[in-house]
Amino acid sequence: MSGEEFVPLSLTPLLIGIFAAVACALPGNFLVLRRQALIGDAISHVVLPGIVVAFLLTGAISAWPMMLGAAGAAVIAVILIEAIRRLGKIEPGAAMGVVFTTMFAGGVLLLEQTDTSTVHLDVEHALYGNLESLIWLDATGWSSVLDLEALAGLPVELPRMALTLVLVIAFTWLFWRPLKLSTFDEGFARTVGIRTNLLGLALVVIAAIAAVAAFDAVGSIIVIAMFICPPAAARMMTNQLEHQIGWSVGFAIASAVSGYVLAGYGPLWLGAQDAVSAAGMIATMSGVILALTAVFGPCRTRAGAPVQA
Amino acid sequence: MLSDALLLQLGYNASLVAIGATLLGVSAGVTGTFLFLRKRALVSDAISHATLPGVCLAFMLMVAFGGDGRNLVGLLLGSAVSAWIGLLCLNWLTRNTRLAEDAAIGSVLSVFFGLGIVLLTVIQTMGVGRQAGLEGFLLGSTAGMLWADAVVIAIGGASTLALILLMRRPMTLVAFDPEYAAARGLPVDRIDLAMMGLVMAVTVVGLKIVGLILIVALLIIPPVTARFWTERSDRVVLLGGIVGGLSGYLGAALSASAPNLPTGPIIVLVSFGFFAISLFLAPNRGVLAAILRHFRFQRRVHLRQGLLALAQGQPIYERLTLRLLTRAGLARADGVATEAGKARAAKALRDEKRWEVIRSDQTHEAAAALYDGLRDIETVLTKDQIVEIDHQIGGPQGVPA
Repeated sequence: MSGEEFVPLSLTPLLIGIFAAVACALPGNFLVLRRQALIGDAISHVVLPGIVVAFLLTGAISAWPMMLGAAGAAVIAVILIEAIRRLGKIEPGAAMGVVFTTMFAGGVLLLEQTDTSTVHLDVEHALYGNLESLIWLDATGWSSVLDLEALAGLPVELPRMALTLVLVIAFTWLFWRPLKLSTFDEGFARTVGIRTNLLGLALVVIAAIAAVAAFDAVGSIIVIAMFICPPAAARMMTNQLEHQIGWSVGFAIASAVSGYVLAGYGPLWLGAQDAVSAAGMIATMSGVILALTAVFGPCRTRAGAPVQA
Repeated sequence: MLSDALLLQLGYNASLVAIGATLLGVSAGVTGTFLFLRKRALVSDAISHATLPGVCLAFMLMVAFGGDGRNLVGLLLGSAVSAWIGLLCLNWLTRNTRLAEDAAIGSVLSVFFGLGIVLLTVIQTMGVGRQAGLEGFLLGSTAGMLWADAVVIAIGGASTLALILLMRRPMTLVAFDPEYAAARGLPVDRIDLAMMGLVMAVTVVGLKIVGLILIVALLIIPPVTARFWTERSDRVVLLGGIVGGLSGYLGAALSASAPNLPTGPIIVLVSFGFFAISLFLAPNRGVLAAILRHFRFQRRVHLRQGLLALAQGQPIYERLTLRLLTRAGLARADGVATEAGKARAAKALRDEKRWEVIRSDQTHEAAAALYDGLRDIETVLTKDQIVEIDHQIGGPQGVPA
């Protein structure tokens, strides 16, 4: 394909998809190891009431209030889950189930109650996002990448997602040792003076930021998939956290690229007319990768598990 | 308007939905209880999301064979098949790989849902009319419910209940103590799978009313609510069913009483209302009960310390202690003991001495382990034993005869 077609139509969605996937996969590694993988699921559900409330307060579809609303809802959800878990002495999974379904139901109800017919805000959008529509109309070819005038016309989601990715990488890099320690041996981490509760909360907040930013661009389904599938697949490949992070980033990029390409061009190869949902396809591809590693990965079994004849 | 809805006076469709929602709520509440007691509540989330590709594939198949594509039974069959596949994937991942259950749940959930969305977009581009109904399965849509749909839901709910009734003993055993169940020779894996199969049945039946995203709430919230009120599993099951049924009924009635109140979310919010009430007001496990228990404990500690202080002639500075003592008529406001107070204080000091003897004596080890500074010694030892200990302590000393 020529640059004239590729750069305006596919480059930005592809980059946004990759950035979103990596930004979610990085904290996902720690969440999976800490058995908090479903926090990502809960966060992506409560994003909906967050943006609806933000919309009701501001009366307009604008990015920052909505992201603030979503992030606020995520934090409220985490606090509520913890409160219900402690006050009611309920196991964490059930507490999570109570909170996120209720908040999601509240979001749907608010959405139905308000008149959003004039604006583009609905549940389907929240689920699938609109990756395909994030095109870069000002570009004419590869030369536009260096053309300041054309760069000004980039979809805002791209720099925002890139910024989020930088933030996530910075967090992981800065807190690498404490994160690693507290993930594998929380008791030991506490004895050497790491404030594990705060660190755990910070990790969840970073995950929430990644989820909210990614959700805005690509919908919540990718967010859940990218939090869990690439790290889970990476876990089948290695026993070393450093390598696992590397693998997970690789898998995230691979699923984003292959998913986007398959969604955009796959149907054409099969003779159909229209593309299918890129977000759904990326999630599906991450599942395919996970399935492959679960069957062939060198470290797929539990350490010490009996070898089955 | 609301009273009309509650009495099923709002017309045919609304009554149909209310009855269907009640049946669904009861079977979801009962099934969810076992899931909750087995500590696998969120497995239902994976199962419900995994229904989507099946619904889409069934629709495409039915259209391909020249059918309408919106036949509820066909769609539900498709959803059951794909939910079952998702469940098997989940089980395989947790059993044969190193992934913990939560990661397996998340991956199955997101991948199946992603695939479902891909298929939804395929259907949208297929160009067949009347495909709009499929999005209704995400959040449920009760507006156009037909008599046949209600019958499907009623039969599904009733047969789920019957199956649970048959399997409740082994399922309870497995939920509480899987190792013991295995030692008794029960096929734990198969019972687990059957439990999940029931969850899947409830999910499939509930797709039409509350949709696949919110059916999880009906499986989790009523059992959690019921758990606050009782410690017996059979009652949790019963209460879970009642809470689920009530939420379904009230939710459906509420949503019929005014426009723009979607059924599924309202049912979820009603059940959350029950949950919130239980969280605060339930006896024993509720927050209010815990606060009251804390205050009662605080009072006992203060009273005890106050009595010991009185007995040893120490001044009492702590205001709460003094207030409690005066209110019980054991001391005057200036901290001087009344006659009753002197007697209680002497008893408290003597009990403390008795405990000291017990705790230094190996033969009373079991009783001594119960010492927490608050327990009355009479609840631990017999009268004879206390007399014997008093004998060891002897009478008051240093008092001129």
